[in-house]
Amino acid sequence: MDWHTFTTVDFAWMLAIPALPLAAFVIQIFFGRWLPRKGDWVPTTAMGFALVLAVGFFLKAMGIFDPTLYIQSSNPPPGETGLSLAWLFGNAPSGAPNIVFSVLFDNLTAVMLVVVTGVSFLVHVYSIGYMEGDKRYGRFFAYLALFSFSMLGLVLSGNLLFLMVFWELVGLTSYLLIGFWFEKPSAAHAGFKAFITTRIGDVGMLLGFLIIFKHFQTLDIVTIFQKLGETTGDFQHWPGWVTAAGLLVFCGAVGKSAQFPLHIWLPDAMEGPTPVSALIHAATMVAAGVYLVGRFYLFFSPSALLVIAMVGSFTALFAAVIGVCQWDIKRVLAYSTVSQLGYMIAALGCGAYSAGLMHLMTHAWFKAGLFLQSGSVIIGMHHEQDMRHMGGLRKKMPITFWTMLICTLALCGIPLFAGFYSKDAIIAGAMHAAAHGGPALWLWYFPAIALVVAAGLTSFYMFRLIFLTFYGEPRSEHAEHAHETPWTMTVPLMVLAALALFSASPWIFNGDVLGHHLWFPHVVAHPEKVEAGRLVVEKAAEEHGVLPLVMSILVALGGIFLAWAFYYKKWLSAEEWARKMGWFYKAVYNKFYVDEFVMKFIVRPVVFHWNVACAAFDKYVIDGIVNAVGRGGVEASEGSGWFDKYVIDGIVNAVGFTVQVFGGIARLFQTGFLDQYLAFTAAAIALGAVLFFFFL
Amino acid sequence: MTVPLVWYVFLALILFTIGLVVIVSRHNLIYTLMGVELILNGANINFIAFARALGGKYPIAGNIFSIFVIVLAAAEAAVALAIVLHVFGHFGSVRPEDPNMLRE
Repeated sequence: MDWHTFTTVDFAWMLAIPALPLAAFVIQIFFGRWLPRKGDWVPTTAMGFALVLAVGFFLKAMGIFDPTLYIQSSNPPPGETGLSLAWLFGNAPSGAPNIVFSVLFDNLTAVMLVVVTGVSFLVHVYSIGYMEGDKRYGRFFAYLALFSFSMLGLVLSGNLLFLMVFWELVGLTSYLLIGFWFEKPSAAHAGFKAFITTRIGDVGMLLGFLIIFKHFQTLDIVTIFQKLGETTGDFQHWPGWVTAAGLLVFCGAVGKSAQFPLHIWLPDAMEGPTPVSALIHAATMVAAGVYLVGRFYLFFSPSALLVIAMVGSFTALFAAVIGVCQWDIKRVLAYSTVSQLGYMIAALGCGAYSAGLMHLMTHAWFKAGLFLQSGSVIIGMHHEQDMRHMGGLRKKMPITFWTMLICTLALCGIPLFAGFYSKDAIIAGAMHAAAHGGPALWLWYFPAIALVVAAGLTSFYMFRLIFLTFYGEPRSEHAEHAHETPWTMTVPLMVLAALALFSASPWIFNGDVLGHHLWFPHVVAHPEKVEAGRLVVEKAAEEHGVLPLVMSILVALGGIFLAWAFYYKKWLSAEEWARKMGWFYKAVYNKFYVDEFVMKFIVRPVVFHWNVACAAFDKYVIDGIVNAVGRGGVEASEGSGWFDKYVIDGIVNAVGFTVQVFGGIARLFQTGFLDQYLAFTAAAIALGAVLFFFFL
Repeated sequence: MTVPLVWYVFLALILFTIGLVVIVSRHNLIYTLMGVELILNGANINFIAFARALGGKYPIAGNIFSIFVIVLAAAEAAVALAIVLHVFGHFGSVRPEDPNMLRE
């Protein structure tokens, strides 16, 4: 492993990337209200600088251009201390688990840094326009900065503990931002739902980390992979606990990346402000699960990868079907996000490593763009989100329309757009996996079929959205009077649209239209050359074969054609088809009743039993303690009273009585007659003399 | 032949006892004063007898003590008789239990 590619100065600058938004957050949350413009420029500027730094490191990683550069860590090799930026228990004795914040920087990190800082910066700029006039305007920017800090820390952590910490911080900021308009009960409820649902996955992730820690006695990711290579040897004999740990870690990704069955929180998270949906619930945080799977890729045994592929492809298909029947513009996009995340997970599961992560990157650009454009539409429509009330916005919001069209084409996987290259690579990878199989051969056909069908559905529901929103006649007052949004909102849209066009393959510059020489697979390569872990499953083909290419283009165009026929030309009636579908349409419209199922069979029983248990606890334990304390008090005070009455008073009375008795005796001699005193004295002396002489 | 010391001591004891009995038995301040004189004289006899019998470096010291006691007894008798006269003038009685105004 090459430790000398980056110097201490480099690592210090890497730390500056998350430190900038953290500083901005601190300034903004404490002093934001007194700053001019309520301080919105503080986090925005900080994110701008972080973006510059991230791009610098990205170019440096591109310049090294070594696909074997899978892992670079600031953790010092044994015997060296130069590169350690440990700040917690940095000088732990050898043998103890060394809990340090180490920077893990490899090409994947470089790409993630650019994606996170880029989207975050654009969302900051966009929010200046979108959140204008909100009564918690300043706090919104503080939360955005905190989220950016957490996400960047998550990407840079080279230590499982800190990975977990930032992972939870990201969840916390997601909760804060979903419930940003907490006056709305639905927003507050959505925040709870997101937090608790992702937490279920996090429990699995924590257990996975504990298994890893138990076996390797370290939390450092680099060391873990080195030791993993020793443990698994030739990879023919995977220990069962590696599979278990991999699947448990994957649980975290299932929660965070909204995979079935924990996907239910993401559509509800659309209650948050739209920039939040773009930043957290489309581009970065939900991609953290995919990033985690990519980061722990060597940990997944072939069986675990099969599970990952199944979950991902099922989610992709499942969410795409639901997306077809939604009317809320943001919910369509939310289900689309779930579906695309399923693509990424499935790609990783099928062994198409760089395809999955490339889709993460391209999806981040165009889905953030789509959300921001939907936000622009919502602002233009005066906070109307139902597509049935839109229509004919093409002329009134031209910039929004054209940028949204570009992003939609990218999402559908139309050639020349970024999404094409990544999605095509994923489908190619899935087909390769189906052709060559792993264990349980026939199961591998499912991802290939599901992903192709989902690709058709994707272009159908996206163009349904486009036709309903931008074409036809305006269907409401607001649509009649819609207006274009200010430049702070449209400029990010244009930047993201440009990225949606060129981020995967800059074909306009080098003419590589079919994507034979994409940069991404060179930068983030399948980690087959790493010493730590040799080939996990056979690497899926990342060259674009003819069959996947043709199929993905055909289904995409077919989906667009269907949407055109349904919603533009009205040759086919959507209502009639819905009637024909009958119960199936109803099930899809109600999102397959997953929410209801969870509510009825998990939440309600748990809450019910929990309430019963709490009531019982209250009644028997808390009340019991209170009563026992009360009764104890009564008993104790009775005892104390008895003690007072008989012991203390007894002593006092006894003293008094004794004094009285002796006083009575002494009074006998106090006659007041001088002669008697003298007589007593004489008698006493005589008595003393007699005693003295005769008894002593 | 000399008189043994014990005789003197018995004489002093008899004088002391007579004085004590007078004080205790007679409820009259005059008798009380006379009893006190007897007790003091008993003590004087003791002083002189022991001085004579035991000698020591200054045998005259016993005699000098006796003379001091006689002088003091005279002074005390004068003061006490004056008090008794006043008490009699005030209360019309020389019984020692009659002046009891401080009791009230």
